[in-house]
Amino acid sequence: MAQKVAITGNEAVALAMKQINPDVVAAYPITPQTEIVQIFSTYVNNGLIDTEFVTVESEHSAMSATVGAASAGARAMTATSANGLALMWEIVYIAASNRLPIVMPVVNRALSGPINIHCDHSDAMGARDSGWIQLWSENTQEAYDNMIQAVRLAENPNVQLPVMVCMDGFIISHAMENAEVLPDEVVREFIGDYTPQKTLLDKENPVTAGPLAFTDSYFEFKRAQAEAMIQAKPYVLEVAREYAKVSGREYGLFETYKLEDAEVGIVVLGSTAGTAKNVVDKLRGQGFKAGLLKPRVFRPFPAEELATALGHLKALAVMDRADSFNAFSGPLFAEITAAMYDSGAQTKIVNYIYGLGGRDVGLGDIEKVYGHLARIAESGKVDQRLNYLGVRE
Amino acid sequence: MTAKGWRDTVPGGWIKEAGNALEYKTGSWRSIGPVFIPENCINCLFCWAFCPDDAIMVKDGKMVGVNYDYCKGCGICARECPAKNKALVMGEEG
Ligand code: SF4
Ligand code: SF4
Repeated sequence: MAQKVAITGNEAVALAMKQINPDVVAAYPITPQTEIVQIFSTYVNNGLIDTEFVTVESEHSAMSATVGAASAGARAMTATSANGLALMWEIVYIAASNRLPIVMPVVNRALSGPINIHCDHSDAMGARDSGWIQLWSENTQEAYDNMIQAVRLAENPNVQLPVMVCMDGFIISHAMENAEVLPDEVVREFIGDYTPQKTLLDKENPVTAGPLAFTDSYFEFKRAQAEAMIQAKPYVLEVAREYAKVSGREYGLFETYKLEDAEVGIVVLGSTAGTAKNVVDKLRGQGFKAGLLKPRVFRPFPAEELATALGHLKALAVMDRADSFNAFSGPLFAEITAAMYDSGAQTKIVNYIYGLGGRDVGLGDIEKVYGHLARIAESGKVDQRLNYLGVRE
Repeated sequence: MTAKGWRDTVPGGWIKEAGNALEYKTGSWRSIGPVFIPENCINCLFCWAFCPDDAIMVKDGKMVGVNYDYCKGCGICARECPAKNKALVMGEEG
């Protein structure tokens, strides 16, 4: 039977990894992800699981060893944060282009510089074009649930793509919350035995992984990789439906909160969505039609579904916990706006960059954003597209 | 090798047939190549030993010519050929 526990995000992810019992985990500690591999390594050390735990000398090596293990046909995982993900970069792309079903929690943290260890989304947003599926979590419960679903999703023969499970550093990773965890045997049965689609270790059928492809074939391989991501969306939903049967918790491409009859709305990823829901409740109490949408699946990007869910709004704020430094907007804004333009929606849209380097985002900050949206809805005009929330002027 | 459309590629670019590098005709990289002059050849097979590819064709222990499908035109064979009158000379081969 499922069990309610008080647990931090890192503990929940380490527990999920223990229940998954991967063949190989190669990892290197980095704050705020350190506890995941630390706790996981004690499970291995105490003989509770039989994972081959590889202590590597850097994140570049962590991802390289994980790619090697996955290529050999192992169920392989690692975990990282921020600069660690940046150091993996070269191999992160190779994991996706070689179509290896690796699962990796990314405990979101700001990239240097200045040096900072606190939460923002610049790490995973930087990897948005690496070809990995990205599942985002609002809290410990979602981080745990996403981890278990990620294994099924990555390993689906029709998907065969690596998955990042994103969760906010410290806010989720280190805060203790109530969460419901599944019994080991339910998780094991849900993920099933791993049957690799390809392996380097079958001497009857020798293969080559990661070969050269020049001008005459590289483009065809990339087109095929793009198609894998295009086709992945229904499998995200299929795995979510299956997971609902064992957990009772429903997941989709995104979650909407009081959005259907809303006049203004906010799109926000991760833990800030929880804060924003409180603000929505308060504003609704005052008769103000506020709503919210929290993306769960950023890759594949559910453009049509997002535009359909948001198109009726008079005014929308897309909140980015990362800046693109492109003199235009943050990454989430650019893609949501493109999706809305394609759909012909008339919604006025503004961008808020917020919470960089762990800058706290309170109820009052979110209320200010809704206040801005109310003014835009009334005037029908966007006064300022790019806004920075909570920065000292 | 017939050029495949993207739908026919193996996911992730894995190569599933062993030894299919043979199908990759790297000789197209060559600008000039070795021309074989059989009457000068003393069959020492230095060219075969030195060729960094597998482009010197040998039959029954005898040098019989250059396989231009794989010859890169590096010129090592022509340089190493010890025959008094060189049996391999770099030039515009056929
Ligand atoms: S030119 Fe170079 S590659 Fe060509 S046959 Fe001679 S040694 Fe081999
Ligand atoms: S090196 Fe010259 S002489 Fe010797 S086998 Fe080759 S072509 Fe003939």
